[in-house]
Amino acid sequence: MNEVTKRFQAKLNIKSGRIDMTHGSGGRAMNDLIEQLFQKHFENDYLNQKNDQAILPALGANERIVMATDSHVVSPLFFPGGDIGALSVHGTVNDVAMSGAKPLYLSAGFILEEGFALADLEKIVISMAKAAREAGVAIVTGDTKVVEKGKGDGVFISTTGIGVVSIDLDISGANAKPGDAVLINGTIGDHGVAIMSHRENLAFETEIISDSASLNGVIADMVKAVPEINVLRDPTRGGLASTLNEIAQQSGVGIKLMEDDIPVRSDVHAACEFLGLDPLYVANEGKVIVICPQDKAETLLEIMRNHPLGQHAAQIGTVHEDPNHFVTMETAFGGARVVDWLNGEQLPRIC
Amino acid sequence: MKYVNEFRQKELAHKIAENIKAEVQPDRDYHIMEFCGGHTHAIFRYGVQDLMPKNVHYVHGPGCPVCVLPIPRIDNAIELCERHNVILCTYGDMMRVPASQKKSLIKAKAAGADVRMVYSTQNALELARQNPERDVVFFAIGFETTTPPTAIALQQARKERLMNFSVFCNHVLTPSAIGHILDSEDPQADAQVALDGFLGPSHVSSVIGTKPYEPAVEKYKKPVVIAGFEPLDVMQASLMLIRQINEGRCEVENEYHRVVTRDGNLKAQQLVAEVFELRDTFEWRGLGWMEKSALQIRAPFAQWDAEKRFELSKSTGRDVKGCACPDILRGMKKPTDCKLFGTICTPEDPQGACMVSSEGSCAAYWSYGRFRMDNKGSENAA
Ligand code: SF4
Repeated sequence: MNEVTKRFQAKLNIKSGRIDMTHGSGGRAMNDLIEQLFQKHFENDYLNQKNDQAILPALGANERIVMATDSHVVSPLFFPGGDIGALSVHGTVNDVAMSGAKPLYLSAGFILEEGFALADLEKIVISMAKAAREAGVAIVTGDTKVVEKGKGDGVFISTTGIGVVSIDLDISGANAKPGDAVLINGTIGDHGVAIMSHRENLAFETEIISDSASLNGVIADMVKAVPEINVLRDPTRGGLASTLNEIAQQSGVGIKLMEDDIPVRSDVHAACEFLGLDPLYVANEGKVIVICPQDKAETLLEIMRNHPLGQHAAQIGTVHEDPNHFVTMETAFGGARVVDWLNGEQLPRIC
Repeated sequence: MKYVNEFRQKELAHKIAENIKAEVQPDRDYHIMEFCGGHTHAIFRYGVQDLMPKNVHYVHGPGCPVCVLPIPRIDNAIELCERHNVILCTYGDMMRVPASQKKSLIKAKAAGADVRMVYSTQNALELARQNPERDVVFFAIGFETTTPPTAIALQQARKERLMNFSVFCNHVLTPSAIGHILDSEDPQADAQVALDGFLGPSHVSSVIGTKPYEPAVEKYKKPVVIAGFEPLDVMQASLMLIRQINEGRCEVENEYHRVVTRDGNLKAQQLVAEVFELRDTFEWRGLGWMEKSALQIRAPFAQWDAEKRFELSKSTGRDVKGCACPDILRGMKKPTDCKLFGTICTPEDPQGACMVSSEGSCAAYWSYGRFRMDNKGSENAA
């Protein structure tokens, strides 16, 4: 920003200001918002080009581009262990990383609701910037729109991520093979329960915090040690159950889980009991399912357990042949059941 | 699961299973009806039947409040929001139950009706306070367990003179349904109900006690054991039933001593009695019209009774053709006997109520048990 524009620029009143329609109009107010909030916190060489696009450096010869996009509409916007800003970075970084790729750049699109407090927006932006720094990615381009009051939910954020992956890696949901091991890096259901514990209608006391985190670090370690990994997938919405069903379908295999081996925090389990939910279907934001040849399982578990995001890593099941592509589970009780897709939304029970 | 686990659970389960194996007489079958969907859910979710001898059969009863509500009542609920423009508050599952003309509350909502999902009667009261210019109706469903909170809400509404709040009451009673199932001599049914005993829902008995079952047990000579909802409870109660059957005893027994007593929660009963009275007759999906099987709101609360406040049509909506829900709810058929099961009726697009609620038999079979079916859709082992 040169001296002249600085002098004539209105200073955003972060403390008590609110988003109004002018912030989305494309004019001066929007420019102020971008410069004094987004650019200030996301600051990097590409964003500083201040174009509608970012021109990025050339790729290496043995690399392919990986791209993923995700929109975030979480309520409440701030929850124990995170907020929509950090989540919008973690989610997309993870989507890119699930191919074994190294995430590099993000775009961020904001849909803001008229009346939204600038102070809250700043908190979200700061948290996003921090999450991006931690994950080693740069937010290089973005977009802002403002919708009338009542037509949004405070803030919606959509992020697109770009990364690079070596041409030698082939990790995909379609690659699970009979005989493979199914691993996970820790306890399931933490994010979903943390969010629910703060929903207006449902507030209950708990110490559970979201597991929201960027997994690219631990994944890089894993992929480096075991390039033979067949599948990486993050069990977000729909939980472990729905994600495994996706993989079973995509790979044309069956998956058998051992309930006894699935890590669940006892307070998450208790909250689920109380609400009539099944932790298998509750969302996660910092978990990865790993499917690999059985003889690589121990190596990978050890790598995960040595990483802060994988201390409770465990093998939870195996892949087998099944023309029906069922995910089944041997229950802690010794019985068997199907672990189906989530149907509609999981709802707390009536009686 | 790890960290939760009392690893003893599995051992205990196997121990009970051993005891059951030792007690069942190999030359006879045991048909145990779990009245309540909560038990159905536990049986399927934990795979309890895998631990049972082959001649012990669980028959899934009508005890899911979502499943037993007949279509005309859901039509009325839709009418309340569409014609009378109320804010209709409902529990989540109820939204997806098909009404007549392929409608449902969720479809009505998408078309503009003001349907709100709530978690408790208190949420509904709050909505009424926040929207004084609108009529807010709470769509009350459920057995004896959910009735006291509705009673409290009605008393609160009266105390606060909350005139824009009312309750569309559909509360039903468990013991009368059990009596009715045993009574049912359906001339059209190809099978008679062959039941040897009942698992009674513990949460209902924590309110009403075990006493209300005594007349039916006396009359029909079928034992009832009140059972908790943990899979271990279900197994232990099954063992108690098997024992009674073997010994030719017919009693109301209580497996769930940790909460349930013979008399139940007298305070809750009194609360319910202040606000509700018996209906002469009420239609249950699958069981038809049953005398004295449901509650209505007493006259002093008439102002908060949606049925009195709003004119509601007499809907004649019926189940989808081919849907076997009525027979399934009475334990006469299994979900897999229904031609629509898994073909056009799935949890994503339920045709009948048994497929909607996760406690319905069809949904439980589909979601937890379908690996037991061969490719022709019949069961290979249960
Ligand atoms: S499968 Fe569907 S149509 Fe058939 S009985 Fe069950 S709910 Fe009704």
